[in-house]
Amino acid sequence: MMLISFWRWIARKIFSFFGEIGSMTVLLYQMVENTRYVYRDRRLIVDQMQKVGVLSLPLVSVISVFTGAVSSWQAAYQLRGVMGGLPMDFLGAGVSAAILIELSPVLAGIVVAGRVGASIAAELGTMQVTEQIDALETLAIDPVRYLAAPRFVAGWTMLPILVIYADFIAHAGAYVVASFFLGIPSATFFNSVQNNFSLQNLFSGLIKALFFGGGTALVGCSIGFRTTGGAEGVGKATIKAFVFSSAFILIADYLLAMILF
Amino acid sequence: MIHILHVKKSFQGKSVLKDVELAIHDGETLVIVGQSGCGKTVLLKSIIRLVQPDAGKIIVDGEEITQMDRNNLFRIRKKFGMLFQGAALFDSMTVEENMALALIEHTDFSPREIRNRVQDKLEVVGLRGIENKKPAELSGGMKKRVGLARALIMDPQFVLFDEPTTGLDPIMADNINNLILETHRKLNITSIVVTHDMVSAFKIGDRIAMLHEGEIVFQGSPSEFRQSEKRVVKQFVEGKENIS
Repeated sequence: MMLISFWRWIARKIFSFFGEIGSMTVLLYQMVENTRYVYRDRRLIVDQMQKVGVLSLPLVSVISVFTGAVSSWQAAYQLRGVMGGLPMDFLGAGVSAAILIELSPVLAGIVVAGRVGASIAAELGTMQVTEQIDALETLAIDPVRYLAAPRFVAGWTMLPILVIYADFIAHAGAYVVASFFLGIPSATFFNSVQNNFSLQNLFSGLIKALFFGGGTALVGCSIGFRTTGGAEGVGKATIKAFVFSSAFILIADYLLAMILF
Repeated sequence: MIHILHVKKSFQGKSVLKDVELAIHDGETLVIVGQSGCGKTVLLKSIIRLVQPDAGKIIVDGEEITQMDRNNLFRIRKKFGMLFQGAALFDSMTVEENMALALIEHTDFSPREIRNRVQDKLEVVGLRGIENKKPAELSGGMKKRVGLARALIMDPQFVLFDEPTTGLDPIMADNINNLILETHRKLNITSIVVTHDMVSAFKIGDRIAMLHEGEIVFQGSPSEFRQSEKRVVKQFVEGKENIS
């Protein structure tokens, strides 16, 4: 009896997962369709860009500077000890590649998933349970056009910009640690970064950011629109949006790495 | 005129509307009464397809809306205004922005014309001068009145009221009833009111319909409703669970 209940539970979860994917695909289609109103809705989009981009800057700055700093410290440890005393000339190159390809896009993506994806789900979820979405429909305004499409456009345009910013800040953090704590001359660090810089590394990070930003907004909107159950439902939707978008970022990161490299 | 024909709706296997037939005539105020949870709001939302019926037809001014595409549905919805139970004002906007939204979206009015229209409608509900307040700064009664002003902003042909007096004190409830009567008289709109407040139903209704167990079990004038011998109607009129 217990076993049957367990399998039923598994089956329900699988159906529910594919249900989620199905609704997200439909919403993605509707949002892309509504991007034709970009000029008309420019004020809504700029407003969302400010929320996704400008307001994420402090958190992205803190995370990036420490990511760069710890990368530098750990790279030095690996070069000195574990790899049997390789020259520090490689430190800048290694840290820079890690920042451009993985650290900035993934960490900025997760910051946006936590700060923006969850807040989109909470905002739209609250609007759903308080009938504000119904009110929009009654006013003959399409909620996908008015609420979801601007958030989607803001997500996929602002995350690459945040990633470029995070790249700079993380490099600065790495340089400070390399120069002031590890005694690596500035010229050695920057020559190493410059000589091994590749556009492919930079653009692969930005392509990832496009997917992560759009995906986070999509997940937040989809979960927000389907929120039920009052305040408790909004709380659950917020957590679900963060979990789903973080998982999406990590899975998409792996798949994109396989495609891009 | 609105015709509701054999409308059915179930949620997760539970039948809420079994076979609803109702006609709403132009210019009248129809009050739909029924016990809490009997499906009144579902029926009201079905009229503008905020809820999609499982079966049946809803015909608004000769156009069947249950299978209509979204563009045409939005065209039909412009004929409607709706006052929601909790007012459903947009939290992030001021009162003026709440009311101006439909005008900005659907008209070519200048900012001055929009402002004038907003002030006119706020005056209709007796709330001039609160344009810059956010919904969180308003009392329950004020929210309902702003919700009514927003519902009237596009000069709709039909206005739907979902429990307009629920959660209000008797004086504020009477104030809202008077507003419904006044707007009905001044603007000559067709009103459909869902409520379980019989004081309100008798005061504002030209006709009362009762929804019970998914079907309309009574429709008639308020005096016919009072005099009805049907058990469920008598229970409602007398406000007693057990009647002789």
